Amino acid sequence: MSITEDQARKVAHLARIAVDDAALPALARELGSILHFMEQLNEVDVAGVEPMTSVTPMRLKRRKDQVTSGSMADRILSNAPDAREGFFAVPKVVE
Amino acid sequence: MLDHLTYAAPQPKVIQGAKSDWELVIGLEVHAQIASKAKLFSGASTEFGAEPNSNVAFVDAAMPGMLPVINEFCVAQAVRTGLGLKAAINLRSAFDRKNYFYPDLPQGYQISQLYHPIVGEGEVIVDMGPGIARRVRIERIHIEQDAGKSIHDMDPNMSFVDLNRTGVALMEIVSRPDIRSPEEAAAYVAKLRQIMRYLGTCDGNMQNGNLRADVNVSVCKPGDYERFMETGDFSHLGTRCEIKNMNSLRFIQAAIEYEARRQIAIIEDGGTVVQETRLYDPDRGETRSMRSKEEAHDYRYFPDPDLLPLEIDQAWVDDIAAAMPELPDQKKARFVKDLGLSEYDAGVLTAEVENADYFEAVASGRDGKMAANWVINELFGRLNKEGLTIATSPVTAAQLGGVIDLIAKGDISGKIAKDLFEILWTEGGDPAAIVEARGMKQVTDLGAIEAAVDEIITANPAQVEKARANPKLAGWFVGQVLKATGGKANPAAVNALVAQKLGL
Repeated sequence: MSITEDQARKVAHLARIAVDDAALPALARELGSILHFMEQLNEVDVAGVEPMTSVTPMRLKRRKDQVTSGSMADRILSNAPDAREGFFAVPKVVE
Repeated sequence: MLDHLTYAAPQPKVIQGAKSDWELVIGLEVHAQIASKAKLFSGASTEFGAEPNSNVAFVDAAMPGMLPVINEFCVAQAVRTGLGLKAAINLRSAFDRKNYFYPDLPQGYQISQLYHPIVGEGEVIVDMGPGIARRVRIERIHIEQDAGKSIHDMDPNMSFVDLNRTGVALMEIVSRPDIRSPEEAAAYVAKLRQIMRYLGTCDGNMQNGNLRADVNVSVCKPGDYERFMETGDFSHLGTRCEIKNMNSLRFIQAAIEYEARRQIAIIEDGGTVVQETRLYDPDRGETRSMRSKEEAHDYRYFPDPDLLPLEIDQAWVDDIAAAMPELPDQKKARFVKDLGLSEYDAGVLTAEVENADYFEAVASGRDGKMAANWVINELFGRLNKEGLTIATSPVTAAQLGGVIDLIAKGDISGKIAKDLFEILWTEGGDPAAIVEARGMKQVTDLGAIEAAVDEIITANPAQVEKARANPKLAGWFVGQVLKATGGKANPAAVNALVAQKLGL
């Protein structure tokens, strides 16, 4: 499966990655070769094989329903480019 | 005993278009905030109304290297809800990432369960009146994270973001397209809310956004829906539009009504309905397209690599099932069958679990119908009038039960009982002690009643003549005697004596 420049542009936009038009042909080629590899993998017959989610037999770790964190708005906001009155301030989002 | 009463399906709503009749087909996705202390994957509090960004852990803010750890209680709440909807519980489910960008979603994705939800197919019986109910099938329930809150009106150029709600656990409850009128849609949401409040899995507060619904609406010609149900082929149905994020039962109804008429007008004008997401504007009473977000629909779901599949044991599910409370349908059926209440009264009493508990305390060891009358007519009537709830009722179940005991024993009449209720409401106290102390006890001493009857008869010879000619007028004497005794004379005894003395 090959990827067109338009598809590459769309994928980049969905991921909010700025890509110059000049870089699109190379990006489309790279994405195409990744998909080509996927197609090769798809040829393997995995009928009846459970997807492997972990290399060791592990159970999903659980937590208790207890409040153990929070009350640190200043630290949460400390990396924000802009914060006002305890809120993150971002360029206006138009609905 | 049956879990629910027998019922017939309601008629689907028919809308008359300019050219023909149309029916509605409605399905809902209800987002219910799971009642828990901490968030789904972090230890931050879920408390409503806290200072902005104070209920935020590093996981919620998506700080690099932070990993989600699931709150086991939230999983139990979802299982409990599934059992309450008679649904299949999936012992193995898994989390996926739903990718999109928005300032109130710092991760850049929402953790959800697209491919393997924790709860499978179930059903809800939606009551539409005594003997009438719609069975709505549930397709699935999955667990997911809520997003934060953006405020757009605090600054002309900026939006303000509060992440307190980010990562709070939600259940998304997805119905089949089994709902056939705006009223049924609202009643369906109300029933889900009722069940979840009985279970304690969601507080159902729609105003705070803890329960909200996306509504899918399409229209079709009469007969098409039946063909769809027979074949499962969606091509028999019209193109649907999704109205997002409704948090009022009234708006849900109004939005569906408007949207159905909009679609009918398009089709009858020769156009085609475009499948899209719309928003309801309550100020204008109309829905409008959310075209700006169209591109965001490419969510590029994939399994979340930070989370192993969620595996739960049947024994754990069984423990949850064993601890389930009695649900509204069962309680209502029991009130009808065991206590002899009408379905309507049973419905009123079971609407809120707190009301049902109060009623049961009043009815325990007493006449069920009498208890229902007092709770519904006197207590609920008065609570409504004064803007109070059962939790803030000045009259306790024990006090109201005491009033009913005094009536049953013949100590007070129904009329005096209302005066007693008034005293309990305003002053409080023990009903029996009040009746004793204030001389409110019914006069059952026949001699005393006889004396009062004689006195009235002697004083009103003209009335006596009239009553002898027309026995219906005997009621006047009964009234006079009751008045003379301050309503304390036993009405049955007065009736008998008046009739005897007048020779009727």
